[in-house]
Amino acid sequence: MTVEVMERSYEVDENGYLVNLDDWSEDVANELAQDEEIEMTDEHWDIVNFLKDYYQEFQIAPAVKVLTKEIAKKNDIKRKEASAYLYNLFPNGPALQACKIAGLPKPTGCV
Amino acid sequence: MSKYVPTRKNLLKSIEEESNFLSGLTPEKEWLDTPISFRPGNWCHGGKPQVIESLDAPNPRKWSPNDKDWQLPANWQKIIHQGMKDQLDKSRTLKIFMDTCVRCGACADKCHFFLGSGDPKNMPVLRQELIRSIYRKDFTLGGKLLGRLAGAREMTEDVLKEWFMYFHQCTECRRCSVFCPFGIDTAEFTSMARELMHSVGVNINWIMEPASNCNRTGNHLGIEPHTFKQMVESLVEDIEDVTGVTVEPTFNRKGAEILFITPSGDIFADPGVYTMMGYLLLFHHIGLDYTISTYASEGGNFGSFVSHDLTKKLNAKMYHEAERLGVKWILGGECGHMWRVIHQYMDTMNGPADFLEEPVSPITGTKFENARSTKMVHIAEFTADLIKNDRLKLDPRRNNHRTVTFHDSCNPVRAMGMVEEPRYILKNVCNNFHEMPENTIREQTFCCGSGSGLNTNEYMDIRMRGGFPRANAVKHVHDKHKVNLLTAICAIDRVTLKTLMEYWVPGVEVSGLHELVGNALVMEGESERTEDLREDPLEEIEEDEDEDI
Repeated sequence: MTVEVMERSYEVDENGYLVNLDDWSEDVANELAQDEEIEMTDEHWDIVNFLKDYYQEFQIAPAVKVLTKEIAKKNDIKRKEASAYLYNLFPNGPALQACKIAGLPKPTGCV
Repeated sequence: MSKYVPTRKNLLKSIEEESNFLSGLTPEKEWLDTPISFRPGNWCHGGKPQVIESLDAPNPRKWSPNDKDWQLPANWQKIIHQGMKDQLDKSRTLKIFMDTCVRCGACADKCHFFLGSGDPKNMPVLRQELIRSIYRKDFTLGGKLLGRLAGAREMTEDVLKEWFMYFHQCTECRRCSVFCPFGIDTAEFTSMARELMHSVGVNINWIMEPASNCNRTGNHLGIEPHTFKQMVESLVEDIEDVTGVTVEPTFNRKGAEILFITPSGDIFADPGVYTMMGYLLLFHHIGLDYTISTYASEGGNFGSFVSHDLTKKLNAKMYHEAERLGVKWILGGECGHMWRVIHQYMDTMNGPADFLEEPVSPITGTKFENARSTKMVHIAEFTADLIKNDRLKLDPRRNNHRTVTFHDSCNPVRAMGMVEEPRYILKNVCNNFHEMPENTIREQTFCCGSGSGLNTNEYMDIRMRGGFPRANAVKHVHDKHKVNLLTAICAIDRVTLKTLMEYWVPGVEVSGLHELVGNALVMEGESERTEDLREDPLEEIEEDEDEDI
C-alpha cells in the first residue's frame, strides 16, 4: 500500500502507517490527515510536532497520559480538559490518529 | 468504533439469524465440506518480513492471509508432519489428548467464540478435530487405511487456512477443559497448531511484533530503558499531584530485596497506568525494598502464543535479571498469561531458579509456599497477605463512587488458582462489590474474547463476538446493581474489556485491582484527597464518619 503526494508514492503498512519514518514531510502529513478526515489546524500541528519531538528522544509514541499532561501544561488547562481537547482534535483517539499523521509507528502489545 | 465490526444491532442480528448452531438453522454441509471465507474483521494481518527476520524465524515474506497464494515453502507439508511428530514424541499429554476424546459434547457450548458465533468449528471438540483429522491420517493405522471413514484427511493448503482461522478463534482460555470429563485441554491443541503454522511462516503480526520487541528491548512495546524510566517518573509526578506524596521507585538497583515485574501495558496503556500508580503507592506505603528493571521490563510473554522456544527465551530474561541484580525473589504484577508460563512451565523451562530465595514477605514474615519453586509471587497474594495481617491503612470509602464487579482473568484463575485473593482485596478496598452470575466467574470465567495476542483492531468482529458472553454477564450486574466498574488482573483484559464495554455495555469502565488499592490507601503525609487516581472527583465523605477509619 502507498499514499500519493505530489506525484511521489510513499509506502504505508496495512493500517495506513508510514513504513519509513524518513518519508515524513508536512505534505505527507496533510495527506495522511486527509485519510483520517482531519483538517490540520495550528492546534493539530502543535500536537503532531510534540509527538515527533518525543519520538526523536524516546523512540516510541508517548503514553496517552504523558501526552495529556503536556497539552494541559502548554495550554494551562486541567488534564481532564486536555483529554477532551485531544479527542476533539482527533476524534478516533490521539494515539491512533495523531501518531499516524506524525509518521510514528503504532504501539503493540497489551495496548 | 472500529471499521472492522458491524454495529451492535447488526452483530446481534447476525448471531441470532444466520445459519449456525445457535439459531437452529444448522449448516447444510458437513464441516469437512464447509470451506472458510475471509472477510473484514475475521482475520489478523500476517507477520511482517522484518519482524520475522528479527527473530530468525522461518519464511519471512510480505503476505496477507487473504492472498490466494500464501508463499509457503515447497516442502511445507513435510515440515508440518515432522513438527507434529516431534511434538507428539515430546509431549505425552498431547498424545493422550489426541486419542482420548469420546465426542461426549460436554465442551460444545462452553466456548465464548461458539456462543458469540454459533459456528460449529468453534465447538472445542470440533476445533480439536481440525488437527486430530490430520493426526489420524499421518499417525494412526485406521486413518491411513480408511481415510475419511475414520475421520482422517490430508493436510492441504485449505486445511492450513482453516487452522489459521480457527486456532486464532481460540484464546487458549481453557474454559472448555474445565468441563471435559477427561480434562482435555484445547489450549494445548491451539499451541501446537500455532507452533506448526509458525514453522512454515504462518503467524500474525500482532503477536510477532510484540515478541520481536520483547526480544530486543525486554518489553512488548519496544520501550527503551530511558523511555521506560521517563514513563514511570511521569506517573510519579501524577501520584504527587493527586496525593501530595512523592514515591521513589528505583531502577536496576543491585542488592534490592525484591525485583518487581509487571506488563509494559501498565507503564503505557490506559487504564493500566492507574494500576501502576496503585503499585507504586502500595510499595511506598509499606516501605518495600524493591527495584524495577528497564531490561526485564515486561511480565507478559507473547512468545507463549507462538512457540515453546520463544516462550522460553522471553521468560528467561526475568530470571537472568533477578540473578544479575542479586535480589531475593520476584514480585509479579497484574498480568494474565505470564502466570501460566510461570506457574505451569517455568520450572522445566528455565528452572529451577536456585539462585533466588524462597519468597518471604519482608513485612509480614509470611512464606509464600506456592512460589517456593518459581520464586515469583503474585501481587494479589502479596497484598491480600498484607491486609490479612493488618499492615495497610485503608479507607474503602474513597472508592464509593465505584460499584465494582470482578472479571476473573483466564490464566491467573485457571492456571494458578488465583480465586479468593483478589476478592478479599476488593472487599477491603471498596464498599460496593457484586459478583456476576456463578457460571461466568471463578474457574468458569468467560474470556475477554481477545486474549492470546488477538487484541488487534482488524480483528474486531471476532473479538466482539468472543467477548459477548462476558459482556452479557457484566450487563446483568450493570442492570441489576448499577455496576459501573469492571476490575481485572490482566493487562490484555484492561485494554480489551474497555473496548468490549464501549461496544456492548456503555457506562461500565475498566480498572486493575491495585488502582482501587491505591485509591483506598491512606498515605503518611498525604494531602486531602478530593480525586481518585483517574482524577475523577470522590464522593463526599461525611465528617462524623471520619473517626471510624
